[in-house]
Amino acid sequence: MENTKYTGKTEVKKVKNKRWNKYLTAGMVMTGIAVTLGIVGFFWTPYSTTAMSAAEKFAPPSLRHFFGTDNFGRDIFSRVMQGMGTSILISSLVVFFSGAAGIFLGALTGYFGGLVDEVVMRITDALNGFPSILLTLVIISLLGIGMQNVIISLGLVFVPGFVRIVRSEFIRLRDADYIKRARMMRVGNFRILFVHILPNIFSVFWVSVMIGFNNAILAESGMSYLGIGVQPPDASLGKMLSDAQGYLQTAPWYALAPGLTIVWVVLGFSLFSEGIRRKGGTQR
Amino acid sequence: MKYVGKKIGTLIMTLFLVSAAAFLAFEIIPGDVVASILGTEATPEREAQLREELGFNDPPIVRYGKWVAGVFQGDFGVSYRYSKNMNEMMPVAELIGDKLPVTLWLAAISLVLIVLVSIPLGVLWAKSGNHLLDAALGVITQASMAVPSFFLGILVTWLFGIMFRFFRPGGYVSYQDNFPGFLGYLLFPAISIALPKVAMTARFLRNSMLTELDSDYVRTAYSKGCTKERVMYGHVLRNAMMPVVTFLGMIVAEIVAGSIVVEQVFGLPGIGRLLISSISTRDFPVVEILILYITFVVIFVYFLVDILYKVIDPRIS
Amino acid sequence: MKTCFHGKKKLCSLLFTALLVMAVLGGCADGTGESSGDNSSKESVTDSQGTASTQESTQEQEASGDMYGGSIVVGIQQDIDSLDPHKATAAGTKEILFNIFEGLVKPDENGHLIGAVASDYTISEDGLVYTFTLRDGVKFHNGNAVTAEDVKYSLERVSGLLDGTPLISTMSVITAVDILDEKTVQVTVGSANTELIYSFVAAVIPAGSGEEEGADPVGTGPFSYVSYKPQEGIVLAKNPEYWQEGLPHVDQVEFKIVGDGDTALMELQGGTIDIYPYLTNSQAQVIQDNYQVTSAPTTMVQALFLNNAAAPLDDVRVRQAICYALDKEEINEFVGGGTGSLISSCMPPTLKDYYTDLNDTYGITANVEKAKELLTDAGYADGFDMEIAIVSDYEFHMQTGEVIVEQLKKVGINATIQGMENSEWLEKVYNGREFDATITCLTSDMTPGYLMNRFQTASGKNFINFASPEYDEVYQKAQAAIDLTEKAEYYKQLQKILCDQAGSAFIQTPADKTALSNRIAGYKFYPVYVQDISTVYIVE
Repeated sequence: MENTKYTGKTEVKKVKNKRWNKYLTAGMVMTGIAVTLGIVGFFWTPYSTTAMSAAEKFAPPSLRHFFGTDNFGRDIFSRVMQGMGTSILISSLVVFFSGAAGIFLGALTGYFGGLVDEVVMRITDALNGFPSILLTLVIISLLGIGMQNVIISLGLVFVPGFVRIVRSEFIRLRDADYIKRARMMRVGNFRILFVHILPNIFSVFWVSVMIGFNNAILAESGMSYLGIGVQPPDASLGKMLSDAQGYLQTAPWYALAPGLTIVWVVLGFSLFSEGIRRKGGTQR
Repeated sequence: MKYVGKKIGTLIMTLFLVSAAAFLAFEIIPGDVVASILGTEATPEREAQLREELGFNDPPIVRYGKWVAGVFQGDFGVSYRYSKNMNEMMPVAELIGDKLPVTLWLAAISLVLIVLVSIPLGVLWAKSGNHLLDAALGVITQASMAVPSFFLGILVTWLFGIMFRFFRPGGYVSYQDNFPGFLGYLLFPAISIALPKVAMTARFLRNSMLTELDSDYVRTAYSKGCTKERVMYGHVLRNAMMPVVTFLGMIVAEIVAGSIVVEQVFGLPGIGRLLISSISTRDFPVVEILILYITFVVIFVYFLVDILYKVIDPRIS
Repeated sequence: MKTCFHGKKKLCSLLFTALLVMAVLGGCADGTGESSGDNSSKESVTDSQGTASTQESTQEQEASGDMYGGSIVVGIQQDIDSLDPHKATAAGTKEILFNIFEGLVKPDENGHLIGAVASDYTISEDGLVYTFTLRDGVKFHNGNAVTAEDVKYSLERVSGLLDGTPLISTMSVITAVDILDEKTVQVTVGSANTELIYSFVAAVIPAGSGEEEGADPVGTGPFSYVSYKPQEGIVLAKNPEYWQEGLPHVDQVEFKIVGDGDTALMELQGGTIDIYPYLTNSQAQVIQDNYQVTSAPTTMVQALFLNNAAAPLDDVRVRQAICYALDKEEINEFVGGGTGSLISSCMPPTLKDYYTDLNDTYGITANVEKAKELLTDAGYADGFDMEIAIVSDYEFHMQTGEVIVEQLKKVGINATIQGMENSEWLEKVYNGREFDATITCLTSDMTPGYLMNRFQTASGKNFINFASPEYDEVYQKAQAAIDLTEKAEYYKQLQKILCDQAGSAFIQTPADKTALSNRIAGYKFYPVYVQDISTVYIVE
């Protein structure tokens, strides 16, 4: 996040316009493939994601099984498709809920300040001081293992970050001339908040949503890796990776497929957001 | 001074809140330590006896009060789970004191790696007008940030441990037995932690330098006849390093959290692994102190960064 | 040296034969010289399904000086739960403490009881009085000789005579411990139970050591305690004054906690551990180059335990349908590499005298039609939803769960896996009995009553809520029976009732796969959970 402040300005002068779009194009292609495969994976996969076959255990990658098969003879490509879809869905929901909560709390605290601001900021400070993985572990212990609980715990963990960003944007804009004028014209607070200010923070908010999304993908796969995420036999990338760790020598593709898929999704998305950010930089 | 006082107040307040929240969470979490210790062999008599031994017959608020009073007197309590010998349970301070060096050394090595690699890399990157290198480094940094730490750990194990045999996976030796061997083994987990941070730091430094290069004083320096090298290392790097130092501070906080996962992957007996196993065995006294410790480190580092910011740039209020 | 270890060795499948061993015990070692630890017979098997061919080990000729010394590392999975042998409950702890502590008696590698601190014992005909004669020259690690006082103290401590809380529940029947003379201790029990003698493996510790004196664990075993570090492991050193001459061989043994399967595998690949007794199927395949991998049957019972009180599993037809739906052969193939022994009731085949093969009842492969028919009869033609609770750290059970979910799908049962932490599982499932189904292993000792006693309707350990008056009645008879054949007959009846009523869907007795590095020899497999390091020595 920190580097956003420092880049934009010089880039504009030094780098030609086309280059920013390369990030955007690469990111869009990678993300597009991931999202398409993920969505298709919900409805159709080349093979069943759970059907087992003793005869096809540990088949190496081939035309028949693009990514090979696992210890139960299941098609890894199908499972990666499903796992990727689940991962993207969970992360989207996490970002959606925590982003919405972030906007609401950030707007309230940033615009009005005062006691509410003080209380909310103290709580987010405390949460910030707490490593997020620890917090999710504790919340999962409380709620139990499972997909909904992953969404709830990550959602909670991600709120403070959004609150901070939205709050600082609202603080920046609440004293802007056009807002002052709106206030003079007796525009209602609600209208100012959501019609006058909110659209103007979107460019900044967008970037943090994208970074949040990436972090959510990483956090979700980390939780599955530790066995507290999506439950088998449903496929999840993190769980596949931890299962595969024992077969690194005999079946390296089993670990590489889900691992590289995570990298693909996250990289695609960060290139995409980088592209958007740079594009935003030129317009400013 | 008033600022520092206020910060310390906030710190104590936060630690208090966190400890209360952790205590509360442990009261609500299903599964208690007595059942966990006795397992499937529990008998009602043993259960009652153990409950008495651990002082579970007091109401929660009394137990929490006792615990807080103990901490203020420097007594961190004893583990519910680990015994020191046949009669005594392991004191938490001793337990953690034994694991802490592992985690701290891991963090230290990671930080050294980050500094040693990312700073030259960042400078090189900023200096090169080469678009190809620029683009390549750009993609590499993006990619390295996209690799989850546990996958990186697996890759490092596989590549350096199994393929190249640079180290023996699982061949961890205690720092008390063989210190150089201990450091040598930690190098590889440290690489797993450092790699993504190297990319971030290098990029940060490069951006910071480009901003500096653009400023008026650089043009002035050039016009006064300074060499490129002199401008680069004498002025730009020094100024550009300031925000990088504070950035590194934040990375320290992240390393503390990141080592939890990496310790798990590499089987290091540090506080991260202790924390995870203590949560699952409901060893409350250990968890509570560890959570407090981690929270303290993170807040304290942020606090230092804050101060540093003010020292570097008095304009920030 | 190496040649005699090329064949796959396996624990002998013939196990203990008589329950009441009233003969003179302990003849296995006394005065037979240095080679005594190695003249035990070993058996090797040609395949995993128990066609054992006996093969006398030829190690005796190697029994020269270079078999001694050195240190070895044993990988263990879990941390020690207590250094107090009477308070330790985890099987993983007891198997280590076996090297430090000994009881009046101890099991040998065939599952027979042999004398340890006691050289001899007799049981009165009514089964109420046990008389132990202490062995000469047994010393604690602190150098003191074991006295009758120490034995009395230890027995009173475990039975609850000392402070009212029995530390080992089966010992609570002891009503008095009397010292007859300095070498003879008499134990009186309140009710006769022919299986009680197995409880006398409980450690003998110095008198008073449970209170303030015993800062370190002190026992009489072949190794003495050196140090313990939480999450790292426990180090033991050779007990030079061990009463069994010639044992132990190595100077030092470290039990190193290598955590979950992945870390363990890394250590094996790195060659940092010499013995690892809990290989998974996948690990066994990977490490075969550097280690000898041997598998031996255990005394565990793995099952899909069904809560007999939760609808729709309270209907016997539904439970039977689940039994028919399971393809045990496939489960064994996927999760155990075919090394497990398939079972249909709660008795491991390892307890040979009591086990009866009931695999024909539901078959060992899936019978989808029969299962669907039963479900239709019970009114669940369209199947139902079921949650299977599994401790998520146990990969073996998680994988079994994945296979079972897939198998149940074929008969229309929509099962889902609910992973949970061990402490949560204990509270909700095992103690709270709030569950539909769960997959776990029950570990048995060498007594048949150990596993069967829990299925009595009123048993506190009857977590599946099995309720059969007939079972309760037969169990009482089995307990009362003195005659071995009669007793075995009752236990076979019990297994049949449990199986016919489909108390749960029993799957298999898993095999323990053990990795032994090529540099060691002399490792003995036990049918019970112990790691006996005393006979292990280094060959290179």
